[in-house]
Amino acid sequence: MEWETVIGLEIHVQLSTRSKIFSGSSTQYGAEPNTQASLVDLAMPGALPVFNENALRKAVAFGLAIDAHIGKRSVFDRKNYFYPDLPKGYQITQMDDPIVGLGEVEIVLDDGSTRTIGVTRAHLEEDAGKSLHEDFEGMTGIDLNRAGTPLLEIVSEPDMRSAKEAVAYLKKIHSIVTYIGISDGNMAEGSLRCDANVSVRPKGQTEFGTRTEIKNINSFKFVEKAINVEVQRHIDVIEDGGTVTQETRLYDADKNETRSMRSKEFANDYRYFPEPDLLPVEIDDAYIQDVKDHLPELPDAKIQRFKADYGLSDYDATVLAASRAMADYFEAVVDVTKDAKLAANWCMGELAGQLNRHEQDIADSPVSAADLGLLIQRIQDNTVSNKIAKTVFEAMFRGEGSADEIIEAQGLKQVSDSGAIEAMIDEVIANNPAQVADYRSGKDKLFGFFVGQVMKASKGQANPAQVNDILKSKLQG
Amino acid sequence: MLDKTLTQLAAGLARGDFSSVELTQAYLERIRLHNTDLNAYITVTDDIALAQAATADEHRAAGNAGPLTGLPIAHKDIFCTQGVRTSCGSRMLDNFIAPYESTVTARLAGAGAVMLGKTNLDEFAMGSSTESSYYGPTRNPWNRDTVPGGSSGGSATAVAARLAAAATGTDTGGSIRQPAAFTGITGLKPTYGRVSRWGMVAYGSSLDCGGPMTQTAEDAALMLNAVAGFDPKDSTSMDRQVDDYQARLNEPLAGLRIGLPKEYFGDGLNEGIRSAVMAAVSELEKLGATVKEISLPRTELSIPAYYIIAPAEASTNLSRYDGVRYGYRCKDPVDLEDLYKRSRAEGFGAEVQRRILVGTYALSAGYYDAYYKKAQQLRRLIRDDFQTGFQEVDVILAPTTPSPAWTLGEKSNDPVAMYLEDIYTLSTNLAGLPALALPCGQVGGLPVGLQLIGNYFEESHLLNIGHQYQQVTDWHQQAPAL
Repeated sequence: MEWETVIGLEIHVQLSTRSKIFSGSSTQYGAEPNTQASLVDLAMPGALPVFNENALRKAVAFGLAIDAHIGKRSVFDRKNYFYPDLPKGYQITQMDDPIVGLGEVEIVLDDGSTRTIGVTRAHLEEDAGKSLHEDFEGMTGIDLNRAGTPLLEIVSEPDMRSAKEAVAYLKKIHSIVTYIGISDGNMAEGSLRCDANVSVRPKGQTEFGTRTEIKNINSFKFVEKAINVEVQRHIDVIEDGGTVTQETRLYDADKNETRSMRSKEFANDYRYFPEPDLLPVEIDDAYIQDVKDHLPELPDAKIQRFKADYGLSDYDATVLAASRAMADYFEAVVDVTKDAKLAANWCMGELAGQLNRHEQDIADSPVSAADLGLLIQRIQDNTVSNKIAKTVFEAMFRGEGSADEIIEAQGLKQVSDSGAIEAMIDEVIANNPAQVADYRSGKDKLFGFFVGQVMKASKGQANPAQVNDILKSKLQG
Repeated sequence: MLDKTLTQLAAGLARGDFSSVELTQAYLERIRLHNTDLNAYITVTDDIALAQAATADEHRAAGNAGPLTGLPIAHKDIFCTQGVRTSCGSRMLDNFIAPYESTVTARLAGAGAVMLGKTNLDEFAMGSSTESSYYGPTRNPWNRDTVPGGSSGGSATAVAARLAAAATGTDTGGSIRQPAAFTGITGLKPTYGRVSRWGMVAYGSSLDCGGPMTQTAEDAALMLNAVAGFDPKDSTSMDRQVDDYQARLNEPLAGLRIGLPKEYFGDGLNEGIRSAVMAAVSELEKLGATVKEISLPRTELSIPAYYIIAPAEASTNLSRYDGVRYGYRCKDPVDLEDLYKRSRAEGFGAEVQRRILVGTYALSAGYYDAYYKKAQQLRRLIRDDFQTGFQEVDVILAPTTPSPAWTLGEKSNDPVAMYLEDIYTLSTNLAGLPALALPCGQVGGLPVGLQLIGNYFEESHLLNIGHQYQQVTDWHQQAPAL
């Protein structure tokens, strides 16, 4: 039988506010345990939450970015369950009246086709703390630094039909939240976490199959692998005559398998009800307009502009606009060089290559956009050839200095003195009489040989255009 | 000296008749003599009190005295007080030393008040008799075989027995007003949102109100001036102009329109209380008020509505007491589940457990609509009833309780009978309105009281009426012989 996969994602995005969603504690990652836990975060008796308006702005910005309905009156609710890293015994979240309602995003697949994925809702909530099992013999440590960090939970419709689509959607959400600056999107630090709801059904059937939820998949790669392995498990279960149990499962990346966390029979009754310590959040059109006015250019708009203003190809524009950091870098290089095509080639070529090789993020690039721009200027003013420039760039990336410093120090300056070039050419002609004879008798292809010899003699520094011109006239004799 | 009201003591301190240290020592001495018997205080903070009194005297000598400088008061042990045990009358928090100060106690301290100690209460303010406290029941100083009411029974007894010049209380369903009535003192439940809840340990968050418990309305005005007002740390506190609550105390009552809700004068009302309240109505008429009967038809429904909403909120407010970070933890838990179950089973008393169970049930999937949602609808109707009433009258006057203080233990095994005693106080909390309880007579040697219910933020007017009433009567001056 042919099976169809149905996937919906719940993405938790940590909002990059400086303080927590309901307290004044810092949200900085990586501090000593419990040094960023206030009375509110510790759930001291009598402590009360106060809503951080910054989190609201960021949530509204996301809603506007996906063209969603914005809840002008959103309500916080308590979700009740006991867990050591949940100090109040309830999580403050939004149930019936979320801040962001129905919206949609468009994803582009590998074959270039596009699909629209519905976003059911996005709501604000607080993160839990962490349980630490290492370092505590027979005990569990609790770190509440993360407790109260603002989260935007983005819930998709079950619109995805393959793991690849799910990854494309996750990347799109990642790109949007980092573009509009509401999250650093750092998956390794848990700033963006993903749960996947997965089911299969015979192709052509309209009802959904029984779904399972895979919890906390923390990289793009694992999302794809976890979904694929879970889909195959569903198919195997059903084809063996069994039925899929609705449950929550955990993905084990080492073994590349999912395993049951808790089944529905142990499901908590969360006893949601409106949070009496917080008033409903009411916003008006002016507030929404203000957030809209401060919204940066979104990926799709940027791609269109790159194509129109810089004459970039669809492919180049899409690659460069994939992250805001790369797009900003590229535009800064164009600013210096005034040559978009050259800037695009360098950003997508040498820069991306070096970053990739060193597993570095563009934000941490040792070569700034301005420095790369200056290097490209040295190509434009014929100080170095494109080929030598690549050598210079590698040295820049190693931190050996600016383009000019490296060119100077390593004597890489292009030779454009026609006298010097002529002398080198004369020597090459004198040393290769047989080839000269062959060339003159019609073996045009030998021209490349002579160029190579001259460049070799100049250690690659001779101006190639000048070499071509002078060589041509000398060989004609 | 200790028979004086808060206002009179303030004047005495200002004149230099006595120092705050002398006054504080006198109260501490009286507490030593009578607290073992009355059990009004859970914790007496002698050292803090004397240090604060000495500071107060210095401030006064330096000409920096505030309105409450040097006045010794007591705090219900539900307000967090930094460095001092804040037990909520529960074994769960018997070992809990609050690491911070509540806004109410901080503002009173800021105005110069001296803290004598922390008073007894029903566990987590759940009760109407102060019998559910882990620290044993508080006695009514008028008759030690009877209850002082609750949940602020320790504060009420402390003020009535002159073991404090005044006290703080909290009122979720009558917990300031009912004990005030049972002990013959004055108690004000302010409008919801007028007094910050920061640091006031939550029972029913949408109902809880801190307020003053004093000998007189004038004293309540003095205290409310110090505590009322917006607090950025409490999102439900109201960012709204605060009155000078003493400014209107002496306004005449001519033209005042008083409504008597017929539902508060029905069959369940003790005849002695009925005649005491009607006598008070006559006094007010003599002062120029006009009286008419009104109807608050949903009064009876306030009991089921309250006993769904308050336990529902309490059931989750009390989830934080899990034995993990502070408070009681059971011995040698075998696993997490065991830690939770036994810490909570051993740390909470019967009434608290009962309300957690009721509240958990009311919020459960499949029951939410039938209970919690329905109760919220009733709450809106009850609020609407009051607004209809306030179209015809300025204030509503009613008995505070249907009967005088009952005997200790009498209703302990019949929680529903105890809940029914709250019939006259619950609806004001559900509506969020302010209400002032005043002593207005005695029945069988026990004080009884009336309450004035005002529209939102009408505390000034209620205190004005209360003060005028207390100018022509002396029930508030009666004190029990110890």
